[in-house]
Amino acid sequence: MRKLDFLLAILLGLGIWQVLVVITGAPHFILPSPWRVAKAAYFSRALIAENALVTITEVVLGLLLGTLLGMATALQLTLFKTAERLMLPILVFTQAVPVFALAPLLTLWFGYGMGSKVVMAVLIIYFPVTSAFHDGLTRIDRGYLDLAKTMGGARMQILRHIRIPAALPSLGSGLKLAAVYAPIGAVIGEWVGASKGLGYLMLLANGRAKTDLMFACLIALACLTVILHSLVGLLAKRLTAYAQGETRSGP
Amino acid sequence: MNQPPEITFSGHFMLEGRELFDACFVMPSARWTCLLGPSGVGKSTVLRLLLGLETGGVFMGNISSSDGQPVAGRISYMAQSDLLLPWLSVTDNLMIGASLRGETGDQKRAVTLLERVGLGAHGHKKPGALSGGMRQRAALARTLMEDRPIVLLDEPFSALDAGTRADMQELAAELLSDKTVLLVTHDPAEASRLGDQILVMGKTGMDVWPAPQMPAIRAVDAPETLDCQSKLLAHLRALAA
Ligand SMILES: Nc1ncnc2c1ncn2[C@@H]1O[C@H](COP(=O)(O)OP(=O)(O)OP(=O)(O)O)[C@@H](O)[C@H]1O
Ligand SMILES: [Mg+2]
Repeated sequence: MRKLDFLLAILLGLGIWQVLVVITGAPHFILPSPWRVAKAAYFSRALIAENALVTITEVVLGLLLGTLLGMATALQLTLFKTAERLMLPILVFTQAVPVFALAPLLTLWFGYGMGSKVVMAVLIIYFPVTSAFHDGLTRIDRGYLDLAKTMGGARMQILRHIRIPAALPSLGSGLKLAAVYAPIGAVIGEWVGASKGLGYLMLLANGRAKTDLMFACLIALACLTVILHSLVGLLAKRLTAYAQGETRSGP
Repeated sequence: MNQPPEITFSGHFMLEGRELFDACFVMPSARWTCLLGPSGVGKSTVLRLLLGLETGGVFMGNISSSDGQPVAGRISYMAQSDLLLPWLSVTDNLMIGASLRGETGDQKRAVTLLERVGLGAHGHKKPGALSGGMRQRAALARTLMEDRPIVLLDEPFSALDAGTRADMQELAAELLSDKTVLLVTHDPAEASRLGDQILVMGKTGMDVWPAPQMPAIRAVDAPETLDCQSKLLAHLRALAA
């Protein structure tokens, strides 16, 4: 049933697009028709796939590294109260710097290759992951911590057996945000300076007035993001189900 | 098992610059002490002080045990909320104390205790799959698992239906008979059934209320229980007024 809905939504979208093309009478280098885009996508499929693979690699690497860094930071903030007092304000302050504005600098520092894009993605998702996980680790029913203390629990063991499992749903929401942000980071990195990737291909196609190819890249990028988001969403659901003690996750 | 210690609590507690209570009482060895009093008078705070937990105020006084050893570290604690970890099976929840101390839990003992509280067939389940009464029994088993000589109970049965509550009272009385127990409750009937000693905490101080002569646990419908219960209720209402 949901698959059918999904299909209908896509058809509806394509229909509206086609209607827009017809009633505005826009030339194909301004607004190509769905059919034109499909043809361009088919002819350039190898090119798109090659560049998409680069973008995917950047995004996945960025996600993994950013998540690891964010989790490590959150754990450290939870364990050391002084670190929490000193670092949390700094972290919040750095969020006032738009990461996009750093893109040229990152390209300068990490080169035109994948490195600068991965760093960009890491920087963008670092804070959402850190703050979501830290929230989960610290916003916990005091009763559990009191009970653990009366049982003679050590701080590290309380972290491991109570705080971390209890924080998994919050980590899941952080990861879902990260899955949306990471592709944005990678593509902006590619716009600023790259020789590969979907963002680079889009700029290239734009410069040569190949608007249909640009649309094809855009759609490929959207599909990637949606797939990534639903995979991470599935993971987040698993994490929440685990923390709530559900043996099987319902619909 | 050797005799659990007798605990003496005396002192006053300051919260935000004013005195919340000034109390002095003794918890006799291997007996149930029931503590009643209006909401906010500081009953849970007394438990937290005994447990050595954060209270947000300053305590000036003395907590000592008859055997001269420190009290903190020899108490296990059970609250109104069962505090079972939802992601662990019931058996693993019983062994959480050991995990938190970095030890390996005694699985056999956990299974035996689960059988004693009537949850023998439910050890593999997650707490979410149990009823409120079953969860509270699991929490009681976890308290026993810690095997400490002193047990503090903060309204552990108040969220249960009347029948389940009566069952739980009997189970707890049986299983904790060799411990020094302090039970905080709002229910005069519960105190009249279970208390070897009954304490009433008011704004002015702590008073000993005469407990029924016959030994605990008393039948719900014994005349002595009912008599104590109704007089205690009248007293509590007068205190609240
Ligand atoms: N961490 C805290 N910091 C500051 N004040 C607190 C803290 N915990 C409790 N209090 C205050 O201390 C007083 C006593 O609270 P306590 O929980 O001991 O009362 P109680 O007798 O157990 O009440 P109840 O019957 O409702 O459980 C209350 O006025 C409460 O608001
Ligand atoms: Mg209380």
